[in-house]
Amino acid sequence: MNTFEAIRVAWEALRANKLRSGLTMLGVVIGVASVVLLVSIGSGARDEVTSGVESLGSNILFVAPGNLSFGSAPAVSRLGLEDVRRIGDAIGDPRRVAATVASGEVARVGTRRATVNVQGTTDTVPLVFDRTVSRGAFFTAADVETRRRVAVLGADPADSLFPGRDPVGKSLTVGGVRFRVVGVMSRVGTAFGVARDAELFVPVTAAQRLFGVSRVDGIAVKAPTTDQIDEEQAIIREVVTRAHPEQEYQVLTQEDILGVVGRILGILTLVLASIAGISLVVGGVGVMNIMLVSVSERTREIGLRKAVGARTRDVLRQFLLEAVALTVSGGVVGILLGIGAALLVGRFSPIPAAITGWSVALAFGVSVAVGVFFGVWPARTAARMQPIMALRYE
Amino acid sequence: MRQPPVVEGSGGRKAGPPVVEALGVTKVYRLDGVEVRALDGVDLVVERSDSMAIMGPSGSGKSTLLGLLGGLDRPTSGTLRFDGSDVTGLSEDELAAVRNRVVGFVFQNFQLLPRTPAVANVGLPLVYRGLGRNERRRLATDALTSVGLGHRLQHRPSQLSGGEQQRVAIARALVSDPAMLLADEPTGNLDSRSGEEVLELLARLHGERGLAVVVVTHDPGVAARFRRQVTLRDGRLVDEKEPAR
Repeated sequence: MNTFEAIRVAWEALRANKLRSGLTMLGVVIGVASVVLLVSIGSGARDEVTSGVESLGSNILFVAPGNLSFGSAPAVSRLGLEDVRRIGDAIGDPRRVAATVASGEVARVGTRRATVNVQGTTDTVPLVFDRTVSRGAFFTAADVETRRRVAVLGADPADSLFPGRDPVGKSLTVGGVRFRVVGVMSRVGTAFGVARDAELFVPVTAAQRLFGVSRVDGIAVKAPTTDQIDEEQAIIREVVTRAHPEQEYQVLTQEDILGVVGRILGILTLVLASIAGISLVVGGVGVMNIMLVSVSERTREIGLRKAVGARTRDVLRQFLLEAVALTVSGGVVGILLGIGAALLVGRFSPIPAAITGWSVALAFGVSVAVGVFFGVWPARTAARMQPIMALRYE
Repeated sequence: MRQPPVVEGSGGRKAGPPVVEALGVTKVYRLDGVEVRALDGVDLVVERSDSMAIMGPSGSGKSTLLGLLGGLDRPTSGTLRFDGSDVTGLSEDELAAVRNRVVGFVFQNFQLLPRTPAVANVGLPLVYRGLGRNERRRLATDALTSVGLGHRLQHRPSQLSGGEQQRVAIARALVSDPAMLLADEPTGNLDSRSGEEVLELLARLHGERGLAVVVVTHDPGVAARFRRQVTLRDGRLVDEKEPAR
């Protein structure tokens, strides 16, 4: 029997029991659809993080306390403005260094309120993070030096606090402290699920007094070119280690961050896919069950086929193909369903979903493998039947 | 009353070795730890163009013998040869090829695939010979025409009478052009008229094509229409009647 003929026979056997085949397939459909959907969500999250990290600007190095790895507790920074100065001196260009201390606060203008992410920063933010202002100007080094209470508004609070008005020159209050608006940032969109347009930039010195701290949370350095990243990373590491021998600091490139976050999301995706994989296994057991029933029901057919010349491998192939036909048709339906669900999730929910070719190919491959794995035993049962016994089976 | 036609051999066509030779064949089954000696030292040769009825009460080993003669099973001991080659030397696949090429089976309960048109049922042995669909269809149509069912190609077994179903089964046995037809109670599930038609068909095929025909039956009336009549009792051949030539 050639393979094409065998596929046709398998297909007809499944069609002969449409309801049963359909219900058996359903298990595989659900399993494959959930694998495709969950892997899409995992990939979508990774894409979003990647674009988020990349949107911070290029050639950036981050100084942060502690050991950035999966599972470690975040450490409190002991970095201060003197570290910003030291790093600026070490790399020979203080304009390429930015510091930040941040906190979520409520900004008020009259009776209007907006939740903002107050970022106390140095004046170097526009250069380091490739950010621009749409109105007014960013605050200056002198503003930072003199702890002036000026603020640059993100695009969202600018709209909500000053609807239809130009905020530049107006004032707002944060935690009871009045700030004068000197500029409005250009809109940049959302990254990491954080609305970056909800930021409110104030001089780092003013922010430290507002929050009652003397630390900065992190320092960012923009290397002049990609080739100089490694070199500057080494310089900064040395400066920070010498200044803070008591605490461990990390100097990370964007690639490092993407690597760590990528690993975390990779594990997450794997866990999600594994959970979905369990339902695929359950579907496979259903296929095996129904194939054993089918083999038993068709004992006489098997006997007859052997009597007229079917070899052991002909029978094996016939039933194996039947199992694979079940799981592959279930797999194709499941893939379409999973893609459809991922498109809906990506469109109508805040959860990102990116359909990847490899996950679809994997899901297809897995559904073939499930068919083979769970079909082998029933098929072997069929193939090993003694024809004379099988023909007499009632 | 019309005399039933005696199935006559086509006479003297004996090219090559016998279709099947069984020499001292014994078959022992183990059922729940008890040994059952279904066949005990049976010698039987089916010549080319033979005509034989195997008789005996139920449990005498008729079906076991038929299974061995058809290559569905292997003897526990003794020699069994198909076309001169010993089955002990044949692999499972080679034995499957023997069933495909040497033997055509006809069963009491027809053993047709349900929901499958007659022409596909008849073409089934050719599937395992690797023939393409068109070729199978052509040969199956010829076989069905030769049993008088050329007008029933697309009918499913459930749409056919018992006699027609058995003729489809005979066409399936014929389609692979075997040397021997093995029929196990071929009229057992048929009314007497249909049974008569089936027996006449077997006689005609024997006469026209020189097919060896071996029938297992407990009906002496059926057995009487075959040239040789052998009787089994308790797994042994006790009697062979062969009319004088």
